[in-house]
Amino acid sequence: MAAPARATPPTAAAVAAAVRSGATTAAQVLEQHLAAIAGREPEIHAFNLVLTEQARERAAAIDATVAAGHDPGPLAGVTIALKDNMCTRGVPTTCSSKILDGWQPPYDATVVNTLRDAGAVIVGKTNLDEFAMGSSTENSAFGPTRNPHDTSRVPGGSSGGSAASVAAGFSQVALGSDTGGSIRQPAALCGVVGVKPTYGYVSRYGLVAFASSLDQIGPFTNSVADAALMLDVIGGHDPLDSTSIPQPHPSLRDAIQQGVEGLRVGRITDLPAGADPDVQERLEAAFDALRAAGATIVDVEVPAFTFGLTAYYLIAPAEASSNLARYDGVRYGLRVEAADTHAMYGATRAAGFGEEVKRRIMLGTYALSAGYYDAYYGKALKVRRLIHDDFDRAYQRADVLLTPTSPSVAFKFGDKGDNPFAMYLCDTYTIPTNLAGHPGMSVPFGTGAEGLPVGVQVLAGTLQEPVMFRAAAALERSLA
Amino acid sequence: MSAYDGLPGDWELVVGLEVHVELATTTKLFSASPNRFGDEPNTNIDPVTLGLPGALPVLNEQAVELAMRVGAALNCTIQACTFHRKNYFYPDMPKAYQVTQYDQPLNVDGHLDLPNGVRVGIERAHMEEDAGKSTHIGGSGGRVHGATASLIDLNRAGVPLVEIVSRPDIRSADDARAYVSELRSILLAVGASDAKMEEGSMRVDANVSVHKPGTPFGTRCEIKNVNSVRSVGRAIEYEARRQIDLIESGDVVRQQTRHWDEGDGRTHTLRTKEDADDYRYFLEPDLVPLVPSQEWIDRVHAALPMLPAARRARLAEASGQAADSEAVTSVVERGQDDFVLAVGQAGGSVARALVYVKEAFAESPQVPAADLAALTLLEPAGTLTATQAKAVLAELVANNGGDAAAIAAAKGFEAMDNSALEGFVQDAIAADPDAWQKFCGGDGKAMGALVGLVMKASKGKADGKLVTALLNQKKG
Amino acid sequence: MSERISAADVAKVARLARLDVTAEEIDRMTSQLDGMLEHFADVDALDLSEVTPMTQPFALVNVFRADVVRPCLDRDEVLASAPAAEDGCFRVPPIGGEG
Ligand SMILES: [Mg+2]
Ligand SMILES: [Zn+2]
Repeated sequence: MAAPARATPPTAAAVAAAVRSGATTAAQVLEQHLAAIAGREPEIHAFNLVLTEQARERAAAIDATVAAGHDPGPLAGVTIALKDNMCTRGVPTTCSSKILDGWQPPYDATVVNTLRDAGAVIVGKTNLDEFAMGSSTENSAFGPTRNPHDTSRVPGGSSGGSAASVAAGFSQVALGSDTGGSIRQPAALCGVVGVKPTYGYVSRYGLVAFASSLDQIGPFTNSVADAALMLDVIGGHDPLDSTSIPQPHPSLRDAIQQGVEGLRVGRITDLPAGADPDVQERLEAAFDALRAAGATIVDVEVPAFTFGLTAYYLIAPAEASSNLARYDGVRYGLRVEAADTHAMYGATRAAGFGEEVKRRIMLGTYALSAGYYDAYYGKALKVRRLIHDDFDRAYQRADVLLTPTSPSVAFKFGDKGDNPFAMYLCDTYTIPTNLAGHPGMSVPFGTGAEGLPVGVQVLAGTLQEPVMFRAAAALERSLA
Repeated sequence: MSAYDGLPGDWELVVGLEVHVELATTTKLFSASPNRFGDEPNTNIDPVTLGLPGALPVLNEQAVELAMRVGAALNCTIQACTFHRKNYFYPDMPKAYQVTQYDQPLNVDGHLDLPNGVRVGIERAHMEEDAGKSTHIGGSGGRVHGATASLIDLNRAGVPLVEIVSRPDIRSADDARAYVSELRSILLAVGASDAKMEEGSMRVDANVSVHKPGTPFGTRCEIKNVNSVRSVGRAIEYEARRQIDLIESGDVVRQQTRHWDEGDGRTHTLRTKEDADDYRYFLEPDLVPLVPSQEWIDRVHAALPMLPAARRARLAEASGQAADSEAVTSVVERGQDDFVLAVGQAGGSVARALVYVKEAFAESPQVPAADLAALTLLEPAGTLTATQAKAVLAELVANNGGDAAAIAAAKGFEAMDNSALEGFVQDAIAADPDAWQKFCGGDGKAMGALVGLVMKASKGKADGKLVTALLNQKKG
Repeated sequence: MSERISAADVAKVARLARLDVTAEEIDRMTSQLDGMLEHFADVDALDLSEVTPMTQPFALVNVFRADVVRPCLDRDEVLASAPAAEDGCFRVPPIGGEG
């Protein structure tokens, strides 16, 4: 079977409506996606694992539910790919690391349960930078994922597999996790919508931790409306996550029905420089589009924005150094045998972790260690406060802010050399949002150099997803 | 009376105790698997306990309630607090960090008064999670050294603990022992823990140093693995002498963690401070602050039962015994003081009831207070001898109650009237005039001979105390 | 080079993190970590004395669970994915010293 055309993908909402009404079957929807996977997955490598048989059984069960006159839920028959750092019971969850190779979690992440309850069909576990540490998906122990728009280029990262899956039509939607931009940046590079919600909006239970105070799960979709649907389904309080926000979230599907008339859209005048001209040009076009749709453009300052990268590269590794200490060869995963337990730890962790993960564990351990805590970690937490407060001041003048998502379009493999900091600069525009705990999303907004996708980032204050989605929907409409 | 020898010369002992107590919750501190001792290994496990990737902790509200009770009972300030991660690798610590409280613990600045009146400051009583258990196999006697492997059981991992840290206010091994047993009584009284040292639900670490009064404190060593109230005293006494010997032989005490070996009665080096771990404490990002409301704190205080010190004072007052007497402390420790007082309420003698209860009941008495009250009146009235009363008491205990007078009658313990007793005394004096002379001359032994004659003649039914009284009366 | 971190620091940190590293890795990591910490000079220039550290992205307090047992994981399933198990326990090499 030939790969289906990618030009006009049906929305997830349309798929669910058709499956629920019996106009199509979950099995038919799934087979289209499996055919796409069969066609291009060998070249793209979006997945660590494709769950063909399980997905078929699941689709059949959904169709049986419909046939029996019951409703399988708001995502009935919608195919979804999960970043391989979300626990799936009995299904390997690797974080693209040798240290967890072959481990089968004995439990499901909360989002996995939620998706099943909503009738979604999980088609596979997607590739990522090991433990979500990276911006290109090159740091995977199982080889890189390629950008479906140009396979000589990276898909972004760390959720590169999930972004590529949606861009290549391997799944209708996908979930990723975003600690410093790991949903938004690959979404921009792959030309899809990607959302990092407010910290605490989606349960982290069962998401393998990178940096606990920054990690959030969010969707990749082909449209803003699908992203709204996904967040309406996976958002909400989880008693198993102490940092989960206990109040109900308003419907984002309702929010996007409203326009942007009177909305105040902020331009950050002191935004760190570094975006390529093609990206900058699309950002200007985005401001114009929202102005044309009735919004007002206002200038704001976020002076501490520029310190985000530095603060992030101490806070995230510090938390990671502790979160990744549990991979010790005792209870699960890799073990390299040695004469005593402490030698076994050192050998196992040296063999199991890749270069970038080791680098961050080292940096984080150093930042927390006796004599350096105040100088590094302690200061970084203060900078975090500055960034948060600066954003809050900006949000008194503007409802949303627009920035580039990524400084450039998708770059070629190996382009960043072996200077880690060059890669970290990819996240300049996304990181401050994670530090502040605010929501942010990337919306595809045309193309730049070499016809490659460019994303515009829409930012908003804590729990201001409705207004963020209104702006995103307006940008999307302006292209139609 | 001291159970220990004390220190030689003018050395003074300085001790601070860190006591870990497992809280009597149904589930673990941060997850819903059972907090239960003695189960098959690795059966009380869940993703959080195992430190599985993706698992997240949620604080057990009942553990907080019990920890607050401990704080209230130790006169602490209960305050808003946070949880930190203490990072270190050990195979029974699944996440490679322990969630504990660091610079903002739940309970601070309290005190505990020992029965002898000494006040020991409580620096803090913080919440934390327990580790699992390692069993060392292949070596000798389950020791770490020489083992070929270790087996890890995580049932205990994540069990809620309160760590109670005293100030270095303790100056003798006896007081250290008294502190531990008083603390244990308090924990039992407030229902915070079953505080069983033999099962490890109460574990004592002792920080021991020696110095000469008026000089700064000496370098301290931390003694671990002190598993009974008795070994608290022994370990401290041993360690103090070891330190004094070092100093007096011109050596110095090095800051160390030492292990108490119950078998050989010594402490051994575990590790020196030079290779101390760097725990890299930082705020646990997976948990949120704990901010007990004033209303909650007030409720905990209001619901506290009467604590052992107050109960001892109450019983001492009612019985006429000293508050730190053996009878009063043991009856309060066993929680039998309410019963003893009830005997008084029923018209009985509290002083006698205290003796009876202390001697006859290991656990809570099943005899109606009124039945025991009747017995307490028979003995002082001279109706029963002490020996006879004991026999009746045994019967009451065996039958969970009964009519003391009827039991006495059934045993043939009839009352001996005073005229008959008078006769026996006269006969005894007549039968052994020599003894009588000596008795009148102040020879105590002679009295025994006379009482013996009376007992023989009365077939043991005479009340010894009454006989003595009569003899003294006749002597004039 | 700013010399914020030395090779000896890196070796100590590697031991704390239980990561075996070769001499060559120590050299490489020392220069990479030093390069990253150099960027911190910008932050060092800030006056942060009046700033409260931010530790929580969304301020919540008093999140509790009720003290009620939920089903445990199956021991056999869990031990099946352990590198080594014996007598219902995880088996590790002798624990020995502090490494
Ligand atoms: Mg301690
Ligand atoms: Zn402790």
